[in-house]
Amino acid sequence: MSVSKRQRARIIRGVQYGVLVVAVVVFALVADWHQLRMAFFDVGVVKALFPEIITTALVNTVLYTLLGFGFGLALGLVLALMRLSSVPPYRWIAITYIEFFRGIPCLLVFIALGFGVPLAFEVALDMNVTVMLSLGLVGAAYMAETIRAGIQAVPKGQTEAARSLGMSHGRAMVSIVIPQAFRIVLPPLTNELILLTKDSSLVYLLGLSLSQFELANFGRDALNEHKSLTPILIAGLLYLVITLPLGQLVRRLEARTAKAR
Amino acid sequence: MTAETTAPGAAAVNAIEVRGLRKAFGDLEVLRGIDFSVARGEVVCVIGPSGSGKSTLLRCVNLLEEPSAGRVTVAGTEVTDPDVDIDRVRRRIGMVFQAFNLFPHLSALENLTIAQRRVLGRDRAEAERIARANLERVGLSDKEAAYPAQLSGGQQQRVAIARALSMEPELMLFDEPTSALDPELVGDVLAVMRGLAQDGMTMLVVTHEMSFAREVADRVVFMDGGVIVEEGTPEQVVGAPQHERTRTFLARVLDPAAAEVGEVAGGGAAGRRVDR
Repeated sequence: MSVSKRQRARIIRGVQYGVLVVAVVVFALVADWHQLRMAFFDVGVVKALFPEIITTALVNTVLYTLLGFGFGLALGLVLALMRLSSVPPYRWIAITYIEFFRGIPCLLVFIALGFGVPLAFEVALDMNVTVMLSLGLVGAAYMAETIRAGIQAVPKGQTEAARSLGMSHGRAMVSIVIPQAFRIVLPPLTNELILLTKDSSLVYLLGLSLSQFELANFGRDALNEHKSLTPILIAGLLYLVITLPLGQLVRRLEARTAKAR
Repeated sequence: MTAETTAPGAAAVNAIEVRGLRKAFGDLEVLRGIDFSVARGEVVCVIGPSGSGKSTLLRCVNLLEEPSAGRVTVAGTEVTDPDVDIDRVRRRIGMVFQAFNLFPHLSALENLTIAQRRVLGRDRAEAERIARANLERVGLSDKEAAYPAQLSGGQQQRVAIARALSMEPELMLFDEPTSALDPELVGDVLAVMRGLAQDGMTMLVVTHEMSFAREVADRVVFMDGGVIVEEGTPEQVVGAPQHERTRTFLARVLDPAAAEVGEVAGGGAAGRRVDR
């Protein structure tokens, strides 16, 4: 008996569903649910985590991220403009900077600023300043390339129209080109914000006091205290509380840009 | 029009004066020695096949293209002088582009006010008053809140004309203002331009609209291969062309059947819209 192509595809799909169902059932029967629940969702531990995991840890994660993002965005814009400058040395500086900071781990920058600078120059930077610089210096390298692409994506006719109205090059950039470029790069910049949110966990390297704990560090500390994976799960979920809406925002912005073109 | 026109000899100063203009892009010489002028209040249409250098000539007048050689003087100011403040000169020259080039992130009204405020330093109230007057002039008073994407091509081009007018320029450059428009939208834009001409605006228009050139232009300039082949009144150039190249071009543009044949040589835009 011959089987048509379509029938064969249906049979294969059925087998795949079957395998999945069997795997789930076997796992549900074999797993020790009590121990899993105690490890990942121990209600007593959850209660002990709140409210500090929100009022201290989540707040600090957001604070560190915004410090790094703000500084990185400003520096990234400057670098993007230098990268597009008609003055060659500006371009060289920008390219060197971007290649360097894009190529090294953020972790290394944290170590350099947190320990290297205080040792070498005998000055201790404020914690928040160290975080801002470390996250921002690396973030700026990525954002500079994004912003540059955005500026170049604005049609040449826009600059020509602005210049033909008597605007200087700088005025045309500020009033006409950069506002349009930012609309174009808003989705990729939001992605960068999500990456920075996660990279902010690197502050643990600096050695934090209790009030400076952010989500990852708070979770690790609570893990030691309670001998439970629950704090890690909760910390992870709280990262998602920050990043999922941002991802949603990116999709919305992309849809809006697609409509406007 | 007070201090300037009463200054000694000012009446003799042409709005545009072009001498020995050359422009090369790399090895490609687009303008090969252009001499011509536009008097105050004159409407001059530049016609010619694609690639003849018409648009480049126009763009050299406000220095969107840097001439390779020669001199361009606008209302007595030499724009090719290395010491000239070109931003200051450009304020006095309105320009309308083939692709409209409205600012898509600004509403129609903001498109008209931004340069008034940022370049001329007018306050918001005055800039908006002038902007509204110019939107009315192009028949789009009801569209001041609309963004460019919400407007038809013809409406966008009229807003672009109003934007240039809001700077109260002494002369206007039009670079194929109707070439990107659907045929049924061309009329509105030409009507606005006709009105401007009647109001005495100095206009230099690169166009393929022969009927417009014939009806509105004081003078028609035919360009081919980077030089001016002939110029004169519309009756002379369009009605009774002296040169073979002019005749060939006009035949292609004015006769639909020939336009089909001449599409490759004469350029797509020239043959696309035929208007008697």
